[in-house]
Amino acid sequence: MKELGSLPESKREVLSKIEEFEARIYQQLRKGEFPWIEMPSRSTDNIVYDPELRQYVLGERRIKRSASNVKHLRPFTFLTWAAYFAYELVKRWKTTTLRDVYYSAQAYGLSFRDQQESNNIIVDLETVLGVPREDFNVYPEERSAVYGDLTVEYTVPGYEGRRLNLTSHPDGMMIGPALTNAKFIETTADKVIAIEKGGLFTRFIEEKVHERFNAILIHTAGQAPRATRRFIRRLHDELGLPVYILSDGDPWGMHIAMVIISGSAEAAHITGLNTPDAKWIGVWGSDIVEYKLPSDPLTERDIKRLRELKVDPRYKGKLWQREIKVFMDIKRKSELEAFSRYGLTYIVDEYLPTKLEEAG
Amino acid sequence: MSEVFEEISPADFFYRNREIAGFSNPSRAVYSAIRELVENSLDAAGLIGVPPDVYVRLSKVDGGEVNVYCLRVEDNGCGVPPEHVPAAFGQVLFGSKYRLRQTRGMFGLGGAMALLYGQITTHKPVYVASSTGKEDIHEYRLMIDIQRNKPIILEHRVAENGDGWRGTIVEFYLEGDYPRAMPKVLEYLKQTAVVNPYANITFVDPRGRLYMFLRATTKMPPPPKETKPHPWGVDVELLRRIIRITNCKNMVSFMKTHFHRVGDVTAKNFLKFAGIDPNLNPKDLTPEEVVKLVRAMKKFDKFMAPDASCLSPLGEELLRAGVIKELHPEFVAVCQRRPSAYSGHPFIVEVAIAYGGEVPRTGEITLYRFANKIPLLYDEASDVSWRVIKSINWRNYLVTPDMPVLIVTHICSTKVPYKTVGKEFIADIPEVHREILFAIREVARKLRAYLSKREKALKEKKRLGVFSKYLPKIAEFSARVVGKEPPDVEKLLRKVSRFEGVGKSTRK
Repeated sequence: MKELGSLPESKREVLSKIEEFEARIYQQLRKGEFPWIEMPSRSTDNIVYDPELRQYVLGERRIKRSASNVKHLRPFTFLTWAAYFAYELVKRWKTTTLRDVYYSAQAYGLSFRDQQESNNIIVDLETVLGVPREDFNVYPEERSAVYGDLTVEYTVPGYEGRRLNLTSHPDGMMIGPALTNAKFIETTADKVIAIEKGGLFTRFIEEKVHERFNAILIHTAGQAPRATRRFIRRLHDELGLPVYILSDGDPWGMHIAMVIISGSAEAAHITGLNTPDAKWIGVWGSDIVEYKLPSDPLTERDIKRLRELKVDPRYKGKLWQREIKVFMDIKRKSELEAFSRYGLTYIVDEYLPTKLEEAG
Repeated sequence: MSEVFEEISPADFFYRNREIAGFSNPSRAVYSAIRELVENSLDAAGLIGVPPDVYVRLSKVDGGEVNVYCLRVEDNGCGVPPEHVPAAFGQVLFGSKYRLRQTRGMFGLGGAMALLYGQITTHKPVYVASSTGKEDIHEYRLMIDIQRNKPIILEHRVAENGDGWRGTIVEFYLEGDYPRAMPKVLEYLKQTAVVNPYANITFVDPRGRLYMFLRATTKMPPPPKETKPHPWGVDVELLRRIIRITNCKNMVSFMKTHFHRVGDVTAKNFLKFAGIDPNLNPKDLTPEEVVKLVRAMKKFDKFMAPDASCLSPLGEELLRAGVIKELHPEFVAVCQRRPSAYSGHPFIVEVAIAYGGEVPRTGEITLYRFANKIPLLYDEASDVSWRVIKSINWRNYLVTPDMPVLIVTHICSTKVPYKTVGKEFIADIPEVHREILFAIREVARKLRAYLSKREKALKEKKRLGVFSKYLPKIAEFSARVVGKEPPDVEKLLRKVSRFEGVGKSTRK
């Protein structure tokens, strides 16, 4: 086993949080009491928007779970197991996925009823510890990618101290556990551009957007996984880089940008995943008009979604309200790829510089 | 122009109308023949208070085009006095069943109808051996002269009864269809075993398979007593017959002597009510007065209800024993109602409910119906018991259709209110309906109590199971992270079970 001393500070913090959690339960049992825990309630009426943090957070309400309650006992046990399991993962430099967690319990004589129950327990653990699951080495299946002049230093076992420049692979580097835990060493970039679509991400690399615009490119692969959101936040916080987001010109694309900026309600129990200063630069509704983009009519579902967004506290800003109105007015939507009607490089040669300039 | 009037004998009558007695086809005939003879055997043993041993053997014989079987039934009953054997087995409507006493036999035809059917279909004689336990055994070969309803004795032998054997053996041939009759025959025997828990019944079927229904007790219900008719159940014809034979010189003593549960005061009050002179000689009653008297008897509500000493119910203990012996249920409750009467006929309803064990799961409640200890296997849906069961909301008793629940209803009466001549189901008479309903409700309440207790115990067991499964795990995982030995959770587990009284409710 690896020496604990070699763990990065952030991981040691997670370990001590888990120790604190388990020690409390241990002591309660030693005293002959039914162990109990308290944590913030995640029910919808306790999810509030924090304008200062510009994200959803959990309110004041807390819930108590006691092992003396037969209904709580099972989730309580699974949570205790999950904390122990996470503890072992972190200590042994192992990573896993939600699906894996579901099966892993069986090795300890516990079986989750279904994936949902297992996922809920992991979210409980996030809530109790106040850290995202990636911090205790549970990673999502979906992987997004990064490309650009950024040199990182790995901390994962076998690669400790090894450095890599993120332009090393023309397809970009996968944002997995190793990259998530890597230290940022140096960069020449002065901005981050996050792109929803894989095809466009590749086009940007081919068109050397990273050089022409001094940018680190990120492929979010649709809705950005939390590890990717965390990664973007680190680029912003640690390297001071402004973040620009390009997504499809429809309510769903808007929301991909918004989740990077203001987070999601499902992650209200965790802070530090969102990048409030990030900017959505397109495709706006008004771009569809201005650039005369090929477009499709909005569906019923699209319109319903727009109505929801209109009253969502995260969409209070002027830009958002304006663009929602434009979408509603023109009742049309366009994908990023729509710029290809003006040639494959138009988006890079014309659209991107204009939008970056507008965004300042 | 002249019409030919022909008098037909009872044997001839039943020959022409054999479906009435249950011999409508070869399959039904096998079932009915076995049943008739088994009932006779059970009665024969019951009469002398001996736990019955009944042996039944059905074997296939070569009958050419038709399926011919040989049926042999042996019992350890009272035996038939030798001089009565030819009439008892060679004459229809002979027997002791036309009196007001509860016996099993359906028509007083006894086995004679079965023998008649056998003779009609195979034209072979009947073999009968019987002894009342005295020094002789009498063996007969008989046939029935159908037109004259008289036995024809082909052979009569007397053998020495060295071993003091007592009982009757009947062996005869009949056309039948055992493969089709088999399910009903076996069901009949099983149900008979339920209602005769003191009987040994052995059956060897044509393929040589042996079925044994062994007694669970030697205790028997007391044999029924003969009784006088109750005024409520009297009709003009019966009253006339009584008048013909009476020695009473006045109406008061006539009422007291010939009717069930009529004393001096009741007799006088009744005669006043009927407007009949108490000092009148019954022989002087005019036909109009006879009719008046019968009508008044039915209307007068101060007669005491018929008592049930003439009935032979099984009793709660034996009914329970019978159900347990054949079905090994997880739970059984029985209820014997107090005697009641409809139209002057006393009856007693006995009910049992059984749950689990070998009680089948059929998707609805299984019903065993008995009348005077005879299983009723046909026309269940029309029977009063089934109607009562259907009228009950079983959810109130925690019973769902998927549960293995069986109900036994037994109606004992000097006159079972059958609905049809086939005598397979009981009419929905309000008095009978009510008694069955009350009885079923009572046992159903007991079942509910059991089920709810069981459910509670299961729940508690499950609850305790959850604690004993998970608490040690919590101890284990927390201890692993802390790096110590898991704390002892036994104390907590004891707390859980003590507070909930689990120990108490699961012990049972």
